[in-house]
Amino acid sequence: MIASESLNWLVPALILTPFVGAAVLALMPARRAELFRPVALLFSATTGILSVYLLTQFDGSEAGFQFALDQPWVERLGISLTFGVDGISLFLVVLTGVIFPIAMLGATPHHDPKPYYAWLCVLMGASMGVFTALDLVLFFVFFELVLVPMYFLIGLWGYAERTAAATKFFLYTMFGSALMLVGLVATAVLHQRGVGGQLTFDLLEIARDPAISTNAARLIFVAFAVAFAIKVPLVPLHTWLPDAHTQAPTAGSVILAAVMLKLGTYGFLRFGIFLFPEAAVWAKPVLLTLAVLGITYGAIVATMQTDLKRLVAYSSIAHLGFIVLGIFSLTVVGIEGGVLVMVNHGITTGALFLLVGMVYERRHTREISQLSGLQKSAPLLAAVMTVVVLASVGLPGLNGFPGELLALLGAFQTSRVWGVIAVSGVILAALYLLWAYQRTFHGPATGENATVRDMRPSEFLVMAPLLVLIVVLGLFPGLMIDRMEPSVKALVAHVDEAVDGFSETRYEFVGPSPESSPESSDGHSGSGGGEG
Amino acid sequence: MELIWLIPAFPVLGFVLLAALGRRIGDPGAGALGTLAVVGSFAASVAVALTLAQEPEGSRQVTQTLWAWIPADSFQVSFGLLADELSLMMCLFITGVGALIHVYAIGYMKGDPDYARFFTYLNLFIASMLLLVLGDNLILTFLGWEGVGACSYLLISFWFTEPANASAGKKAFVTNRIGDFGYMLGTFLVFVTFGTIDYLQIDQAAPGVSAGTATAIALLFFLAATGKSAQLPLFVWLPDAMAGPTPVSALIHAATMVTSGVFLLTRLSPILEAAGWANDLIAWVGAITALLAAGAAVAQNDIKKVLAYSTVSQLGFMFIAIGSQNYVGALFHMITHAFFKALLFLGAGAVIYSMAHEQDMRRYGQLRRYLPVTFATMFIGWLAISGIPPFSGFWSKDEILAGSFQVQPAGQLLWVAGIIAAVLTAFYMTRLMLMTFAGGTEQWRTPAAESLPEVPGDDHTDDHTDAHAGAHDDHHAHHLTPEHNPKDAPVIMLAPLVILAVFAALAGLLNLPFADQLHFLDHWVEPVLEGQSGLPSAAVQWGLALVSIVGALLGVWFSWRVYQQHRVDRAKLEQPVLAHAWYIDDSYARVAGGPGEAAFQGLADFDHEVVDGAVRGVGGVTQQAGEAVRGIQTGFVRSYAFGIGIGAVALVLFAVVRMSL
Repeated sequence: MIASESLNWLVPALILTPFVGAAVLALMPARRAELFRPVALLFSATTGILSVYLLTQFDGSEAGFQFALDQPWVERLGISLTFGVDGISLFLVVLTGVIFPIAMLGATPHHDPKPYYAWLCVLMGASMGVFTALDLVLFFVFFELVLVPMYFLIGLWGYAERTAAATKFFLYTMFGSALMLVGLVATAVLHQRGVGGQLTFDLLEIARDPAISTNAARLIFVAFAVAFAIKVPLVPLHTWLPDAHTQAPTAGSVILAAVMLKLGTYGFLRFGIFLFPEAAVWAKPVLLTLAVLGITYGAIVATMQTDLKRLVAYSSIAHLGFIVLGIFSLTVVGIEGGVLVMVNHGITTGALFLLVGMVYERRHTREISQLSGLQKSAPLLAAVMTVVVLASVGLPGLNGFPGELLALLGAFQTSRVWGVIAVSGVILAALYLLWAYQRTFHGPATGENATVRDMRPSEFLVMAPLLVLIVVLGLFPGLMIDRMEPSVKALVAHVDEAVDGFSETRYEFVGPSPESSPESSDGHSGSGGGEG
Repeated sequence: MELIWLIPAFPVLGFVLLAALGRRIGDPGAGALGTLAVVGSFAASVAVALTLAQEPEGSRQVTQTLWAWIPADSFQVSFGLLADELSLMMCLFITGVGALIHVYAIGYMKGDPDYARFFTYLNLFIASMLLLVLGDNLILTFLGWEGVGACSYLLISFWFTEPANASAGKKAFVTNRIGDFGYMLGTFLVFVTFGTIDYLQIDQAAPGVSAGTATAIALLFFLAATGKSAQLPLFVWLPDAMAGPTPVSALIHAATMVTSGVFLLTRLSPILEAAGWANDLIAWVGAITALLAAGAAVAQNDIKKVLAYSTVSQLGFMFIAIGSQNYVGALFHMITHAFFKALLFLGAGAVIYSMAHEQDMRRYGQLRRYLPVTFATMFIGWLAISGIPPFSGFWSKDEILAGSFQVQPAGQLLWVAGIIAAVLTAFYMTRLMLMTFAGGTEQWRTPAAESLPEVPGDDHTDDHTDAHAGAHDDHHAHHLTPEHNPKDAPVIMLAPLVILAVFAALAGLLNLPFADQLHFLDHWVEPVLEGQSGLPSAAVQWGLALVSIVGALLGVWFSWRVYQQHRVDRAKLEQPVLAHAWYIDDSYARVAGGPGEAAFQGLADFDHEVVDGAVRGVGGVTQQAGEAVRGIQTGFVRSYAFGIGIGAVALVLFAVVRMSL
């Protein structure tokens, strides 16, 4: 599973650079206020450049982990500093690297810039850690560490009801984490009991042969699943998200949507399906149901929101539903779709939050009923908004489409009923986003809406890289698919191997045949690929 | 042949340039640039078509893969273009008619503050439409399909400050998305059935498909087609779409985009061939749509609304043809309709332009004296759509009706429905011409024009389409005064009318029924089609044609009696139920705005009260519990030790249970 150990300084560098940035910020004198932002940008942008460098050095034909590093840490307990990047985590690492500098550029705090930027740096480092850690304890540490800066970002720089939202966010996710901690200790202990020898928390070693009984594995999977489901979030465990999103400062919302929501779905892939393939197949119907519920329920509730930011938050719930749908189709196509949505949702929803932030700065309200006709006074802002909205709706040619398509196709292949219901989500997405756009940007520019200032060139420059990504990843998603495919295939093969009788595809296609044999196949020949 | 990519590349380039520099280029440079892009695309289409025509019949299929678009495991979607007889025929008329409408728009949009934005969208539309027809697989066609939908949305709500226009744009997009639900599922079903989504491979494999699967696929794609091509039950967005500028109505909502559904089903004819009763359903939905929409057109007073319902009705004819597996008939009518309906829309636009953006025909009258060129060209369009030989509409409509006559079962009934719709067509189009260009008096000069007698059911039109007439940007915001002296639009708008009139008159030549050598269209597209049904014998065809000529003349005559001679009270004909288009849209609106919205709101409240309420409840209970157990914090080590002991026992118990698992 370890494919290469060259350049193994890269991953620690990705994690440490922002932490060093945070330390530097902490040590800087408070009176040099004008320097905090440049310093934070310097460190986050350096991390971003490193992540892009990692992308260029990544060997897309390899399924295993690259840039791998394995250093003993707490040897007595079998905890080690194991890092690595494969095709699944690659783009999440790059997304993290790219989105943080953009979020820092796109919004400024109204007070206390020093701790604000320091916390953002901590958050960046911890996020990098989550996506690269290959040791259960190490993963858990970063997974928890992420909470702290986000708690402060919401609680200190958020809007009116920030304290309550931050507390809810923190406690809700802590509850999940507690379950996960139990799960991962149980995993290591039972693994040791099964195979004998040293206690280890090494993900790859445990996954190779968990030696955990089916029932125990299922129980542990449930513990993990609850933690991840809260983080995703899956309906009905989602209500912390709208509050957190609405109350968080713009940069917080951007990071929350782009990076933090992906911790749950990434966790499902790396620590759910990979560690417990049999349990994943067992739990598949439940998770697919929750995914479909999220897609439809999130979209319907989004439609009725009166606060623009809350609306985007609920739209995230719907999009995350597509990710879980694709992942738990347990097909190559579906998982690739899920990973694509993870990254592209980060880009479009991050952009949406930046834009909503710009609207708020101008109008000091996010109430849809207060906004109207902004396209008249701010045509450039409206144009950018239009592109981002259409991308989020899943318009082919823009980045939202390929992932959604593949996730739906994956579900359709193996779990047709869920797939069919989920497709209805594409109707609802058009409804809530276009309706919101219509009510805020179209119509007569009344009152204060008539004098709103258009996007500044500097603001456009912040959006520009996201717009480029929206178009490029819409037209050339192969850039991502090619690099993740070996890893995804390996994951599906791993499930295949572990679960007897589970097979991704069992199709007999209707092929070109001169003498037609109508009974040789009907459309249902592919159904039932591995439920139960 | 390697130049296929140039066909969409021109408008893509035009779009990029206009998006980046449009504002700087301004009026009329942006219009000229946009037009040039489409003309270039037309030239490329001609070049490719000529090259293709030199190939022997049966091998006129060239694919060009530009790049691997979505290469996911077994699901390989290429960004690949397929040039064959069908796609190039489409390219030619999209870019041909498109170029003319661009020229027209240079004049029509003159002075609009968002002039450049208009042509930006228009070029993007042409590019999407070309990708729709050129795509060599279902997903690339879907890119075009959604692209034209997005452009339609952007252009319907082009004058966005008017809420009705913005609402109409959103309605068009969302309604079409319901159709897209069918498109996506249809594509998935094709993929799991054939293991491919490339048309050429589907064509080869289709004969082996079972009837059940073929029927399901056909129905799903037909659902998609009812959205884009405005058929029952999803046609409701098209009348509202008239809120867009008139060149948009002509290009997108008459000539090109709305025919996408017809094109798609033609593309999938190998599957339709095996689809059994789905074909009957398609034919009957087409027939009923043709009838209902023609009925609705009878009672509209907004000139664009008449044409909108007319378009829905004419598209219905095309679906009768598809369901009769008479694909050539459908394509033939698609082309002639593109010419005469684009002509009629642009003519209506010229009238609207000349009449200070008034769209209510009750304020027109006698305009033939003021707008001779507009009148003459629209007159030809009227002859063509009414089915008067030898104008183009007669030939194509007749071919459809003849094809429907021999469908089993109940083909004759289908034919009767078609004839009735055709009579109604002649009736309402004559009505439109009379109210606009003839009809006794110059209505806008009469005092009654200020306070028009409300025609039953007319109330709802005011808050929809004609609302923009006086509301959008400044230069359009004239009001029609009694002193107004209309005159023909500038040459740049009239020239396209004249050219289209020539085609509307002569397009029948493409496929005259008399001798096999005259079936040019037949021979051209034949290799692409599977299961094209034949037509009845010559004698039967002559008989049917005679009936439809008499029917058309009947419609014209009756309309003349009502609207010229006033022998019949028009109010008796223009019933509210027709003006409201059978209350179909109203019922949808009532359901969506009533129980629909209530259900959505109910779920949102449920989310807040119940789901989040439970979380808040747990939080509250925890807090109270915390208060309650504060007493345990005694500070005595022995009580803590007791707690630890309990915990340890619990853990041991857990471990024991665990091992027995």
